Amino acid sequence: MSQTERWLLPEGIDELMPEQALQLEALRRTLIDKMQSWGYQLVIPPLVEYLESLLTGTAKTLDLQTFKLTDQMSGRMMGIRADITPQAARIAAHRLRDQQEVLRLCYIGNVLQTLPLSQGGSRNPIQVGAEIYGHGGPESDLEILQLMVEIITVSATGTSILLDIGHVGIYRGLAEQAGLTDEQEQHLFSALQRKSLPDIEVLLASYDLPASSYTMLLALAELNGGIEVLARAKDVFPEANDSVKQALSTLETIADLVQQRLPGVTLNFDLAELRGYHYHTGMVFAAYQTGTSEAIAMGGRYDDIGEEFGHGQPATGFSLDLKNLVVHNLSGSTKNDPISAVWTDDIEQQQLIEKLRNEGEQVVYQLTQSEDASRKIERQEGRWLVVETGTQIRG
Amino acid sequence: MPNTLTLALSKGRIFKETLPLLKAAGIEPIDDPDTSRKLILETNQADVRLIIVRASDVPTYVEYGGADIGVAGKDVLLEHPNAELYEPVDLEIAQCKLMTAGKVGEAVKSGRLKVATKFIQSTRRFYAEQGQQVDIIKLYGSMELAPLVGLADRIVDVVDTGNTLRANGLEPLEHIADISSRLVVNKASMKMKHARIQQFIERIRAAVAEKNND
Repeated sequence: MSQTERWLLPEGIDELMPEQALQLEALRRTLIDKMQSWGYQLVIPPLVEYLESLLTGTAKTLDLQTFKLTDQMSGRMMGIRADITPQAARIAAHRLRDQQEVLRLCYIGNVLQTLPLSQGGSRNPIQVGAEIYGHGGPESDLEILQLMVEIITVSATGTSILLDIGHVGIYRGLAEQAGLTDEQEQHLFSALQRKSLPDIEVLLASYDLPASSYTMLLALAELNGGIEVLARAKDVFPEANDSVKQALSTLETIADLVQQRLPGVTLNFDLAELRGYHYHTGMVFAAYQTGTSEAIAMGGRYDDIGEEFGHGQPATGFSLDLKNLVVHNLSGSTKNDPISAVWTDDIEQQQLIEKLRNEGEQVVYQLTQSEDASRKIERQEGRWLVVETGTQIRG
Repeated sequence: MPNTLTLALSKGRIFKETLPLLKAAGIEPIDDPDTSRKLILETNQADVRLIIVRASDVPTYVEYGGADIGVAGKDVLLEHPNAELYEPVDLEIAQCKLMTAGKVGEAVKSGRLKVATKFIQSTRRFYAEQGQQVDIIKLYGSMELAPLVGLADRIVDVVDTGNTLRANGLEPLEHIADISSRLVVNKASMKMKHARIQQFIERIRAAVAEKNND
């Protein structure tokens, strides 16, 4: 390796420089306080754990996303977490299962992913998330949406937010009603994710379905847009089974609640949006911020979680990449205004410096002549004082 | 740019055959890409612009959000199986076939075939479905040459009339996929500029249907 390349970080692995780091840390504190004020208890799960518990009840994609290593002490496989959600679910299903009927947890931590979630994305996001366990109604879905919107608003003041909402129960119900095999369901799923109407038509035609199923599955790809989508869905799904109708009515309830509680947010419905289809069980959602080409936060309901730890319970939550949020919303106004101090061994000067630092000021010893600041500590008439230097400091 | 629409197109056949469809949707470029060296072309609509990129780069531009909408051949899309894109309309233009080809009358070789292609993903998938493991040699063009100079036993390429193959002593063999150009849409744009893009899609769909009725 030549010296010109030695400093290079692996692809997709990044780090934050002082300005961004400071902002991220300030935001991290604000967000934890915010989530605490809503009653979410902070947990700090470990960076690595055994693969079995890390991948419980999750999709194959998370397995591929996870860096693995062998534990030298037990010979078992461990994974570096690619997502904290399963860890929080494990805690809720095991360590904290008897604590209360409805449990609210939040977390902030580093995760590592073998592949970036989007092209050119980071492989080492800092994941922030909040989850509610033990409640299956639309009230908890709404609470999670509200908290997510509040967190984005706090982090990116003045931004406009679009919430994209779907429900995996609709496709699942339609596929079940049509009697699709697993393989058919998978192929159709992939075509739906691309909203490829031509491919969907070809697939459906080859499946030999009842006419009503054909019509409903074909219509699904186009059921996206404003809130009127829900009414349109009702029109095209009159013959759908109960689980589809149930899913639609849940979405209607949530839509009403969101309009009441979050009037500033634009709503988009996409009934064919099946992100996390393999572990989600209800509403799924993503938040978009104007000017970004990918979702800034996402989540949904995953009710069967915890079963493999012997404690199945309903759950809903969201997560986002804090680093992404900071990079998209640099305010640039967090710079400190330091006071410089010439190095002396005068005890009185040291006492003043200590006092100022305790008051929250940033006091920096001047080790060379070139370090200047807009304020400095100077000895005047036998006393140490903070005086303006008249120097303009950039930043 | 919340209210502008950016369309990514590649020069050549796709551009020529897309223009009438765009015109039917009310969009006409002001500059002619054949005479202009500009890569961003303004249109008769102030908030719609075209960008000219390489055909194989269209999915990348659209996925990253460099363009809201693009026109890409299915051959190119098949090489990006995990691309986060919507492809709602088959434009039924630039139609051809993705096929294997080899020297005329050459006997089937036993053992691993060497296959030269620029369509790595489609080639691997096709032979895997046939239960065959093959060695793939990535080339960027003039694939027809590979069997002639002994670089490969087979090639996988898009075939229109088959004239280039025949002129070089090759013949098309197995059919892999029917190819035509698709309208592709960035996922975030589809959600954030929904009304605008949905209307565009409807117009393009109508234009495709009308063209087929002629």
